[in-house]
Order: sequence, then C-alpha cells, then structure tokens
Amino acid sequence: MAPDPPATAGDRRLVVRQALAVAVATGLYGVSFGALSVASGLSVAQTSVLSLLLFSGGSQFALIGILGGGGSVGAAVAASSLLAMRNALYGLQLGATMRPAGWRRLAIAQLTIDESTAVAVSQSAPPLRRLGFWVTGLGVYVGWNVMTLLGAFAGDALGDPKRYGLDAAASAAFLALLWPRLRAREPIAIAVVGAVATTLLVPAIPQGLPVIAAAVVGAVTAWFWPKRWAARTAGAAE
Amino acid sequence: MSTWSAVLAASAIAFAIKFAGYTVPPVRLQQPRTLRVTEMLPAALLASLVVLQTFSSGQQLVLDARAAGLVVAAGALLLRAPFIVVVALAAVTAALLRMLGWG
Repeated sequence: MAPDPPATAGDRRLVVRQALAVAVATGLYGVSFGALSVASGLSVAQTSVLSLLLFSGGSQFALIGILGGGGSVGAAVAASSLLAMRNALYGLQLGATMRPAGWRRLAIAQLTIDESTAVAVSQSAPPLRRLGFWVTGLGVYVGWNVMTLLGAFAGDALGDPKRYGLDAAASAAFLALLWPRLRAREPIAIAVVGAVATTLLVPAIPQGLPVIAAAVVGAVTAWFWPKRWAARTAGAAE
Repeated sequence: MSTWSAVLAASAIAFAIKFAGYTVPPVRLQQPRTLRVTEMLPAALLASLVVLQTFSSGQQLVLDARAAGLVVAAGALLLRAPFIVVVALAAVTAALLRMLGWG
C-alpha cells in the first residue's frame, strides 16, 4: 500500500475542531432522545443501553416510537434494523481508509454512523479521514451517551409527557431526521409514498406494521424508479 | 421483559449490520439497485414515522396539538434551525395549545 501524504498540524487542528463541533451538536439532541425514550415507557436503564449498544440515532428513535405507540417487539426491531442498513454502506465506503484490524474492528464498526462517516469522507487525505472518524465517533459516543442519561433522568422527573408536548417533540425529531434527505426528486417521492401508505394502513392493520409496510412500498418504489429519472434527479442536485 | 428483548435484539442486529459493512464482499452490497434501495429506505421509514407519531392514536387517525407542533417544526427547519431548537419548539407549541385546552 502506498504511504499516505503527510498532513500538517494546522490541518489536524481543523479536523479536530470540526469533529468536536459535530459531537457537541449531536450530544445535544441526545437529551431529546433520553427524554422521549422514557416518555415512551422505557426505563432509564433501557434508554441508556440503547445509546451504548445500538448507537444509531434514527434506529433508536424508531424503536422507542414504535414501542411507545403500542407496536410489537418484532415491528420495532424490524424498523430499527431497516434504518440501520445504511451503516453497512458507510463501512463499505470507509473500509479502505480505516484499515480495520484486531480489536479495533469492533470499535470502528460500533462508531460507524452518519456523523463519523460524514466528517471522515469530507477530509482530503487518509490520515485526516482517520482522525476525523475517530474524534467524531468517540466524541459523539461520549456526548450522546452522557446526554441520553441526562435526558432520561429529566424525562423521568417531568412525569406526564403530553403535558410538556414530548409527543410532538418526537414527531419533530422524525421530521428533522427526514429533512436533510429531501434534496432530490427520488427521496421526496419515496417519502410521500411512505407517508401515504402509512396513513392508509394505520386504521387497517395492527400497530407497528404500517411502518414496515411503508418500508416495503418505499423499497419497491426505489427498486423500480426509472434510471432516466434517477440520472436527472442526480444532475439537478449537483 | 419484552422491552428488554427489543432493546437487545435491535442492538445486536445494528452491530452486525455495521460490522458487515467492513467484512461482506463489496460486490454483494454494491449492486446499483441494492445501493439505491438502501439509500432510499430511510426516507420511507422516517416519513412513515412522522405520520405515525403525529396523526395516530392506537389504530385511529387523529388531528391534535401534535399536528400544530409538526407545522412549527417544519417552519423552523425551513429557517435552518438546529435539531434541538426544532424539537423544543414543537414541544412548546403542543404544550401551550394543551394548556389552552386544545388537543
């Protein structure tokens, strides 16, 4: 393997600063996860274990949302896992840069999330990408877990979640997670398909299943989305 | 107990998925259509969760203070507010409306 080009101390400082800014911002919304999880009926311990072990924001929100809404364990785990699929693509992108080996493979896999991937791939050289990955991944891990715990205790102390609008906060959290994805025609169409399918199915099938049905309908739409349209959409996004 | 099984099963599967990204031969995951479906899945799932969390109550569709919270959240997102602000504004909106006796 060719040696990596050298990176200056200034470059490194910039990467660390960017990584820490992302970690702080993400940690902040760990508070809302903690509070919402407890409001959904999970214990403080279950909430913390999710942030420690699952450690993927969208999946965690989906799991507690479905459990809190009365959905089955199977539906909650399925939705969480479908949302986690994208992390496999991140590993695919990062594999050559991170060169995972030994025990680090486990740590690298666990820290492979939206934020660490985004910071890593936006750096110019492999050593900076690795630095960005580690600082963001570890920073978000620590921040997310500490703030989850704080949020969980706060949520526990607050009592009735509806009185404080925590159910509306959960809606807003899902919308905020969806928002950055709505930049091209295809994801917008697929989001609309998912929303319409859910609206139609809520009264018709058991709780927890509409979200799985929406995923299936969305996947089928993406599978058959005409290449011609996809190309045009990609061009328009650039 | 069933909540614990959901927590632990989802965590184990999520880790397996992350790990697979580094170990499964790339050819499997890099089929263009598979890639596209994996990239697009979150849009369908998150949109579905927005609808569920905002308009469902058990198996019924309802319109209450959560909808107003969602509208305010959308406005905040249009103005590029950070995540925590978006979430807090939605909560405050719903809480205020309920204090006034609606939803």
